[in-house]
Amino acid sequence: MTDDTGYHGRSGGRTAAKMALVAVGMFGFGFAMVPAYQVFCEVTGFNGFVSNEASAGPGDVEFDPDRKVTVEFVATVNGSQPWTFRPKQSRMEVTPGELYTAYFVAENQYEGSTVSQIIPSVAPGTAGRHFKKTECFCFTEQRFAGSEQRDMPVTFFVDPALSERTQTVTLSYTLFDIRDGELPDYDEEAAELHAGAPQSAD
Amino acid sequence: MTATTHDTHDAHHHGPPPGFFKRWLFTTNHKDLGVLYMLFGLLMFFVGGAMAMVIRAELFQPGLNLVDPHFFNQMTTMHALVMIFGAVMPAFTGLANWLIPVQIGAPDMALPRINNWAFWLLPAGFVLLLATLFLPGGAPAGGWTMYPPLVLQLGDSFPFLIFAVHILGISSIMGSINIVATILNMRAPGMTLMKMPLFVWAWLITAFLIVAVMPVLAGAVTMLLTDQYFGTSFFSAAGGGDPVMFQHIFWFFGHPEVYILILPAFGIVSAIIPTFARKPLFGYSSMVYATASIAFLSFIVWGHHMFTVGMPLAGQLFFMYATMLVAVPTGVKIFNWMATMWQGSMTFETPMLFSIAFVLLFTIGGLSGVMLALAPVDLQYHDTYFVVAHFHYVLVTGAVFSIMAAVYFWLPKWTGNMYDEKLGKWHFWLSTITVNVLFFPQHFLGLAGMPRRIPDYAVQFAEFNMISSIGGFAFGLSQLLFVYIIVKCVRGGEKATSEVWEGARGLEWTLPSPAPYHTFETPPVVK
Repeated sequence: MTDDTGYHGRSGGRTAAKMALVAVGMFGFGFAMVPAYQVFCEVTGFNGFVSNEASAGPGDVEFDPDRKVTVEFVATVNGSQPWTFRPKQSRMEVTPGELYTAYFVAENQYEGSTVSQIIPSVAPGTAGRHFKKTECFCFTEQRFAGSEQRDMPVTFFVDPALSERTQTVTLSYTLFDIRDGELPDYDEEAAELHAGAPQSAD
Repeated sequence: MTATTHDTHDAHHHGPPPGFFKRWLFTTNHKDLGVLYMLFGLLMFFVGGAMAMVIRAELFQPGLNLVDPHFFNQMTTMHALVMIFGAVMPAFTGLANWLIPVQIGAPDMALPRINNWAFWLLPAGFVLLLATLFLPGGAPAGGWTMYPPLVLQLGDSFPFLIFAVHILGISSIMGSINIVATILNMRAPGMTLMKMPLFVWAWLITAFLIVAVMPVLAGAVTMLLTDQYFGTSFFSAAGGGDPVMFQHIFWFFGHPEVYILILPAFGIVSAIIPTFARKPLFGYSSMVYATASIAFLSFIVWGHHMFTVGMPLAGQLFFMYATMLVAVPTGVKIFNWMATMWQGSMTFETPMLFSIAFVLLFTIGGLSGVMLALAPVDLQYHDTYFVVAHFHYVLVTGAVFSIMAAVYFWLPKWTGNMYDEKLGKWHFWLSTITVNVLFFPQHFLGLAGMPRRIPDYAVQFAEFNMISSIGGFAFGLSQLLFVYIIVKCVRGGEKATSEVWEGARGLEWTLPSPAPYHTFETPPVVK
């Protein structure tokens, strides 16, 4: 057992401890991917990352007043919640560098009051960084009374730095019902069919 | 290579301890645990196979015929989980347990008690997982990939799924740590790394992959758990998270995982083909480097599972080219196996037949993999039966065929008896013909646009589905023959010599057949 290439008889405890450390490290790595992913998407603009915070206005940047970009509006309700949610205009022709306001209509079809959070996303993904909102209903949670319907404005501009190749930008909003507690019994059967099992909504 | 065996043993170390429970429940013997792992894998192969039979029976004809769609979804989800974590991984770990110590001249695994624990976690994990079938709302039904938000709607089975994955992960991590510790510390004098059999090399690399990625999966499912019960929003867009991020984390685990399911297979056929070609393996060191390259590449190609999530062009290009790069080391391996057979004095015993079928059919799966790697083409193939056909070619005719080859190859060493060669050939031909009837038509179904994970389909897919189902039933039945052959071999048969196969090389063939309960207590000398 003095042969320098053979290790017969070593217990292997040290190797095992090192490998266990690798395993623990990789468990942490999985969690480290969460902030890393956020930063990566923010920096590169991959995955249609859009900031959910107000940006300053367009300011005095130079822009071509003749340039036109089509902005399309899409609204979806997450899951099978009792809401209607739609854009008031399906599209707008905008000039990058100028401020515009678009309206979305949401209606809480449940009889009690509730809270929603609306999350934006922009397609194509690379346009996400150049789509700036100075004012938006998506910045804060929106409280709705029972059966309330409301128009909600978003004020935005398209950064002139947007690639010339991008002719159309789609702004998509998804409405999440984030009230605490149980789901209303608006249509239990349909919900069960949809999910296959009861779901909680928090 | 020669081995010196000493006949002076400690008196109380001759055989297994008496008593069934003492022997099997508390055993720390690598051969016993290897057998337990393999038997568990075989059992789960039939459990997962039964689920596949339900799937193929439902798809035999268009229309909702036998089971309700929700149960169908449970079957597709559970079939995958059972086959991956219950059948293929334990079978490979069992082979590793049995073979690695006798291939490197070690008396046992480095950490025998951990070994026992790692095995017994498996039945515990599967009790949790399979118990969900009897819960109200049924078993997990959102696909084995556990994508949120769908997986969060599972109901009662959700925490069972998460904890089962945790337990199975801990089991395979402990098993892998043990394998690495054994290979790096317990080799016989003279057994340098580059003299190790390729099965040992393949498992060393696989074990590193498992230790690197199983914890990532554990992390991902833990995030699902906290999203569901503790108000975090890792994957919930409403709280600032992103469901697509789950796919990134999952496939960072998932792609190395599919190589975990195939690298040991490369090691097995690299042992069998030279034996029956009666030539040394062509390009041993290139095989080692190719295996290591495949393992490295597996970490940077996960995005090819996600071409349709709206990934930007740069991402698609990177993952596409990185994925196609995997074909290079894999091609080296295929070339080496063929070069080993070239001008060899080949005979075609059952292990060799399964190995040759492996090379051929795994290559078909590899080529459809290259097709799927092409981002523009994948947009059409994604989530169709083409993908199903692809991964069943690499996992059934790849991983599972290699396990069957290994069982036939080493069974005489384990039992001391030759298996029934005639029945073995029957099993091979039945399996090989039916598995192609089962999976080849699924390529056409996928190209024609049939989506996966659906209980019903448009009528134009009827013929190929019926053919595929017939192949499926026949393949499933053929595996009963496999069990019969194993049982018959364990019970008796022509006595095997210690070499078993003419031209077999390696330390395990210097041991008598069946191999004694304790082997290499005094290290052999490897020249």
